[in-house]
Amino acid sequence: MSVWLWIVLAFVGMGALAWAGRWAGQVATSNAPRFRDMPFGVAFGYVFAAACIIGGIWLWFLPGAVFFRWAVQGFVLFAIAAFIFRLVFRHVGTAATKRLFRAMPLTAAFGILVIIIYAILAIFAGAIAPYGQSEILGAANVVPGGDPAMGGNPLYPLGTDQIGRDILSRLIYGAQNTVGIAFVTTLIAFFLGGSLGFLAATVGGWLDQLLSRAVDVLMAIPGLIFSLLLMTIASVWADGEKALLTVYMILIIAVIDSTRVFRLARAVGTGIVVMDYIEAARLRGEGMGWIVFREILPNAMAPLLAEFGLRFCFVFLTIASLSFLGVGIQPPLADWGTMVRDLGPFINFAAFAPLVATAPLMAAGAIALLTVAVNFVVDWMLQKSSGLKE
Amino acid sequence: MSRLLTISDIYLEGRSEEVWQPIINGVSLTLDKGEVLGLIGESGAGKSTLGLAAMGFVRDGVRIKSGTVNFDGTELTTASADTKRALLGKRIAYVAQSAAASFNPAHRLIDQHIEAPVQHRVRSRSESIRDGMDLYARLRLPDPDHIGFRYPHQVSGGQLQRAMTAMAMACRPDLIIFDEPTTALDVTTQIEVLAAIREIVEQFGTAAIYITHDLAVVAQMADRIKVLLTGDEVEEADTRTMLSTPKEDYTKSLWAVRGFTRPVKPPVPAGQIPLVSIKGVTAAYGKVKVLEDVSFDIPPGRTVAVVGESGSGKSTAARCITGLLPPVEGQILFDGAPLPPNYKKRSKDQLRQVQMIYQMADTALNPRMSIGQIIARPVQFYMGLRGSALQNRVNDLLNQIELPPEQYAHRLPSELSGGQKQRVGIARALAAEPRMIICDEVTSALDQLVAEGILRLLAKLQDELGLAYMFITHDLATVRAIADSVVVMKDGRVVEQGTKEEVFNPPHHPYTDLLLSSVPEMDPDWLDNLLSSRGVDNIGDAAADKISVES
Repeated sequence: MSVWLWIVLAFVGMGALAWAGRWAGQVATSNAPRFRDMPFGVAFGYVFAAACIIGGIWLWFLPGAVFFRWAVQGFVLFAIAAFIFRLVFRHVGTAATKRLFRAMPLTAAFGILVIIIYAILAIFAGAIAPYGQSEILGAANVVPGGDPAMGGNPLYPLGTDQIGRDILSRLIYGAQNTVGIAFVTTLIAFFLGGSLGFLAATVGGWLDQLLSRAVDVLMAIPGLIFSLLLMTIASVWADGEKALLTVYMILIIAVIDSTRVFRLARAVGTGIVVMDYIEAARLRGEGMGWIVFREILPNAMAPLLAEFGLRFCFVFLTIASLSFLGVGIQPPLADWGTMVRDLGPFINFAAFAPLVATAPLMAAGAIALLTVAVNFVVDWMLQKSSGLKE
Repeated sequence: MSRLLTISDIYLEGRSEEVWQPIINGVSLTLDKGEVLGLIGESGAGKSTLGLAAMGFVRDGVRIKSGTVNFDGTELTTASADTKRALLGKRIAYVAQSAAASFNPAHRLIDQHIEAPVQHRVRSRSESIRDGMDLYARLRLPDPDHIGFRYPHQVSGGQLQRAMTAMAMACRPDLIIFDEPTTALDVTTQIEVLAAIREIVEQFGTAAIYITHDLAVVAQMADRIKVLLTGDEVEEADTRTMLSTPKEDYTKSLWAVRGFTRPVKPPVPAGQIPLVSIKGVTAAYGKVKVLEDVSFDIPPGRTVAVVGESGSGKSTAARCITGLLPPVEGQILFDGAPLPPNYKKRSKDQLRQVQMIYQMADTALNPRMSIGQIIARPVQFYMGLRGSALQNRVNDLLNQIELPPEQYAHRLPSELSGGQKQRVGIARALAAEPRMIICDEVTSALDQLVAEGILRLLAKLQDELGLAYMFITHDLATVRAIADSVVVMKDGRVVEQGTKEEVFNPPHHPYTDLLLSSVPEMDPDWLDNLLSSRGVDNIGDAAADKISVES
């Protein structure tokens, strides 16, 4: 029987179960509103969630599902860590931070914890990392885990790469390079796009037309291909100077990404500019600086912050992609994108040697974790700032 | 008469700041078939929440704590979703305050009209369309056979409100809940809608709950009136008794609001230079002329009320004075000297002399600045005060608008009530120490008691500081209370101007006469008398359109 038929059958079965369950609930509670007014979709959702949990438990005990077990263990571990982190800061610190942590959802605590850990790793990379990022040690391709019986080495807990560099050290230095550069790039993109966008919204007329059309032109070219093109030109200008090339990369990605920020800032700005308090400020004779930074910016903070979280992740992924394609952060500097590219082929071992296959996943996981963490924090900030309005 | 709706001892609660706060505390009401009950109270009295609860419905974040709602034998508080679905739209209908916001702009009126009868299988599709046209005709909508095929933005606000009433009538419900259906409309439009609603409710013998804050309106519409104050019932009586002999102090105070008037000031001495003089101003948005040859003067220390319906150009006149819209022709003189037409060309001192207070205090105050910061900015900007001198001046201003500084200076605008926000708007204007303030519909978004407080404050400030006001409003009761002279505008032209006595006493210009006669009065027979004296086709916008203002 084909897979599709099984899927259809499973859904029909769950539907029947949902209907029966709702009916049973109605009979058992003698038509309590909870069951009486329950739409079928909700009943189905309960059954589906139950099925997912059962499936998860079944998967846990399957011998081959190593990665799933790791993922669940990691998830539970981080949740516990975030919970303890929040608990500690509810009782330590100033009255304001205590209040902040008391109203904080667990997801936000998780996000903040991860960002703090990344920040510490990035700032103190030199002190924390056991080896240098480009230091070539003895053995190549040592398996992670540090268990000699499995082909690991306790000196290199996360193993070594294909030319014998310690992966743990490179991951830590990667935080410094990738995250630091992404952060600076996003900041520049926001300053550029945000101020120009608000300016276009406030002044309007020909300036708005000029800026908007220029941005349209830039946006018309696919981002990654455009940055690849510019990076190729920049690498000629940089003439082998690696630090200079990195600066060029930051500027190129910042300018390309600032077009998205410009669009958002302009759209939000035009909504705010028509407000009476902006008119009052204009009639008072205020200058452009006051109107943009004191009247418009505070009111546009919520959507801009949300965009900052997203944009940061995208910039980060763009840098990783550029490095993956060979024009981003230059070797031997450690960078997560490059690490994924270099170790990528090992993923083919996943079926029979899961430990070997984890080599590229660690850098990929680092990217994923930071992306999720940043978005959790941004979501929470958004919720807080929109709650203030009401 | 048989009983249709019984709400007994209902308690409603709303969730705010993580706790359940009471909204309605044990109110009971009964409604017979074909009877109209008026619910009045200020905003925040819980009248809309109570109106919705009469349908067995609560908004998100609101719950029924206890009490019962019995509609014709069905208990709505515990009814199943299916039971309610069968009643709502078919036997109970709802007409919302803003028809423009309640109609789906992507569908034609008739398509939205027939949705309920077709869904509830009351009528077939084609019958519903025919019935819709019939209802449009009964509600005196122009061109009833075709108006339904327009989209909501293609008809006027008053017509939309009548189309919504027609929609509520589509299934011939037993009960309609009208939630402030005329509050957002001009007086001449309001009167048309009121006449139409009353006629159709009487024709079909529909019971109605009519929610409003306007006493004069409810006097025309309701058989009985119930007064609410912050979730408690104040009193209930039939309309005539309530109007003639209100029992409670709160009700009496509501009745007394319209009594505020100011003493007549001595006439402006001849030859005195007006503070602001508008001379032959013509203004246009693109090619559309919105002001044509408008001239009037604002003497120092006086209040000039500019009256007219929406679209009459009264706010545009203010924009010309402030320099936001440079006039095509004509001049604005300040103290005898011409002002540059564009505000960007005016000096800081010229800008300081004319300040503005806005209609919507919500959008006029930056929501991210504290009250103290909002008021401090003009002081700092124009007077250059800093540190404790600035602080003292802000405190003085807050005291002047009767908001204690220690309590309010640190709050954000969202933590203030509507009236308090409007006071902050006044303080911001005062902070510039101007000689004239333009008040653009400053009281029309406020409850009557609160509005009266604002008017009294403005009057007090005028006496103390010798300010001149240009008072833009469509509410003639406000004009009677505060104005020294009146300018009546229609279609971008000045129709009539003079002192308050001249304008309010006959002989009137026909348009002024229409405006004056369209303001609802507290007399329950007022609408009947007006209809019988003028005829149904000679009231409201229809009559206004007949008056030509070509000079």
